[in-house]
Amino acid sequence: MALLTFKGGIHPKDGKALSKDKAITEYEPKGDLVYPLSQHIGAPAKAVVSKGQHVLEGECIAEAGGFVSAPVYASVSGTVKSIEKRRTVTGDLVDCIVVENDGKYEKAAPITDKPFEEMSREEVIAAIGKAGIVGMGGAGFPTQVKLSPKEPDKIDTIIVNCAECEPYLTSDYRKMLEEPERLIGGLEVILSLFPKARGVLAVEDNKPDCIKLLREKAAGKERVEVAALKTKYPQGSERQLIRAVTKREINSRMLPADAGCIVNNVDTVIAVNNAVREGQPLMYRIVTVTGDAVADPRNFKVRTGTNYRELIDAAGGFKTEPEKIISGGPMMGFALFDLDIPVTKTSSALLCMSEDEVAKWEPSACINCGRCVDACPSRLIPSRLADHASHYNEEEFLRMNGMECVECGSCSYVCPAKRQLAQSIKTLRRLQLAKRKK
Amino acid sequence: MAEEIKEDAKEKVQKAAPAAEKKAALAETAKILRSVSPTPHVRDDSSTRGIMGYVIIALLPATAVGIWHFGPRALCVILLSILSAALSEWCFDRITKRKNTVGDLSCILTGLLLALNLPVSVPLWLPVLGGFFAIIVVKMLFGGLGQNFMNPALGARCFLMLSFSRYMTDFSYRPGWGAADVVSGATPLAAVKAGENFNLLTMFFGNEAGTIGETSAMALLCGGILLIVCGVITWHLSTCYIVSFLVFAAVFGGKGIDLNYLGAQLCGGGLMLGAFFMATDYVTRPITKKGQVVYGIFLGILTGIFRIFGPGAEGVSYAIIIGNLIVPLIERVTEPKHFGWRKPEKEGKAV
Repeated sequence: MALLTFKGGIHPKDGKALSKDKAITEYEPKGDLVYPLSQHIGAPAKAVVSKGQHVLEGECIAEAGGFVSAPVYASVSGTVKSIEKRRTVTGDLVDCIVVENDGKYEKAAPITDKPFEEMSREEVIAAIGKAGIVGMGGAGFPTQVKLSPKEPDKIDTIIVNCAECEPYLTSDYRKMLEEPERLIGGLEVILSLFPKARGVLAVEDNKPDCIKLLREKAAGKERVEVAALKTKYPQGSERQLIRAVTKREINSRMLPADAGCIVNNVDTVIAVNNAVREGQPLMYRIVTVTGDAVADPRNFKVRTGTNYRELIDAAGGFKTEPEKIISGGPMMGFALFDLDIPVTKTSSALLCMSEDEVAKWEPSACINCGRCVDACPSRLIPSRLADHASHYNEEEFLRMNGMECVECGSCSYVCPAKRQLAQSIKTLRRLQLAKRKK
Repeated sequence: MAEEIKEDAKEKVQKAAPAAEKKAALAETAKILRSVSPTPHVRDDSSTRGIMGYVIIALLPATAVGIWHFGPRALCVILLSILSAALSEWCFDRITKRKNTVGDLSCILTGLLLALNLPVSVPLWLPVLGGFFAIIVVKMLFGGLGQNFMNPALGARCFLMLSFSRYMTDFSYRPGWGAADVVSGATPLAAVKAGENFNLLTMFFGNEAGTIGETSAMALLCGGILLIVCGVITWHLSTCYIVSFLVFAAVFGGKGIDLNYLGAQLCGGGLMLGAFFMATDYVTRPITKKGQVVYGIFLGILTGIFRIFGPGAEGVSYAIIIGNLIVPLIERVTEPKHFGWRKPEKEGKAV
């Protein structure tokens, strides 16, 4: 079978070899745990604990603040120290619940003890919502909202995003290798909600071992299949992934459901499995600590709320001075100026680079080479859009479909003049989105 | 402030010799603010300078054949043209207090291209004037690299052609190094047009009258293929240009599908140089593949008209110059349809 793909995209150095073969190890937090109330898209959660209160591991400390929102759970037992503003990955100060770890790990009751087989459709969705599961690919959209489309009968494909197209990241890869049963189990839970749908595990072909293993585990399961994708960034972008798997294209004003699809990330699907079958709320995240500045790159199973600095120490500290530290992958991740930041539901990696590649280059004049046009997965002309954006020419920007940008950064990556194309486009795009909301 | 602290810490790390101390010092630096930037945080290895370098390298076979065939004077013309172009850009940057841009090699390429478009017998001040005109008037006055709407080398060539046509159409030369005899001759393309004899093989290898860089179709083809293989240009534009020109020549040339005639049209004059090195100039061609196909066909037809119906035998330079002018128009009508595009009335509906 030919590899599934889309038009455009780039092939960055993948750097996955650093941490690819390191099995996931659990990390026990040492310091306080910090839980931002807003770890997802939508309304922030509302704190339901107060200062000085004793909480258990797996106890709900903040409940959903609206329909599009998600609750937050304590990942350790201990005492609530305070509720205060703390810095998160984007650099924003956000209300956070700070819990002092008592090291006892006393467990709270599971969120549901009804066996999955006896649950109704509504109960399954409610359990997923109650577990506080959000899209862990990065956006953090509450999963129970995603699983409640207007017309469930029109959904015919459930895609599990196993592409992991971001360079350096290996957390999804390790999960697939180490917990394939849970992954397929989670997919089957979601499939039970959509009786007409098939489930597709979409894996990039740079992970042949995953493809082989998942195919073995999925053998005999009629509704589950494994699809091999061409290795290319941004293969894991939702719209591009839907195109690769189903040949259907959606634009920025449409939802995956309009193409009959629902897309979920590996870790999200595993969290669904754990919530529905084991009654476990979302309290862990797999984080790849890697980069050429880290002594011993590793994949950690981390309790949410753990401080990033602790993870670096656990990975043997720095072997050279890092010039740049990124939360997430090098293409879409956030550069951090400070390390005192908690691991949240959407953290996937901590990348420490000894050299800041961006600072090395100075942007120069556009020579109209057209490499950004070839790389753009949305088939736009990034160089022109960036030009319109930097002149604040909204009219032309919108006419040339600037809003269709997926902010993948491929244009900036390939630009020989080292122009910050994605940055310019993103800026005007975000302004326009903010305007639309008003 | 943060910078100072950082410098301080860096120094500490360097001074701390024993491993343990070094580790402690490194841990210290982790507490210091770090630089941030918007995504993406990595870049590929390409650069403007690298691309220009590739094009210059791809022109070397044609340059070498030109020098070997036309003798030391050709080398002199090439060097003067390059020197004049580089010096003009340097001076302009200096006078207008801009950052020095000679390092991006674009002006070197312009100088080389211009020289390859000149006959070897031109007076030596001509390449100097041409280099100056190409850089200052066609490129820098419009805003420098990336802003000129016309190919600088071709703009200068047309300027020289109109102003000093006597020198620009004098194709007498001394063949090879040190030969004493002056060979005066019409270019093979003129011979083709006049219905005289020509030798297709010498036209292919380049032992003919013509400008310094255009005579050897073989050398230019090698360079063109190198550019395509290295990913500097794609095949679309050059192929569409050449094919549409050949079709036009077959239909209107009056000789039908006469392979000898078409071969001479293909190897003669500036077609190869134009199709691989001038029409493909990034700045002055459409940015999308679709636009490049349209542009290539347009250039092919225009070249055909100039060569077959015009007074001269040549047509490539003027075709490309005129083509440059309609690039914005071509870009406008060939705008790509974005990912997930729908007919406007159906927008927002299910697939």
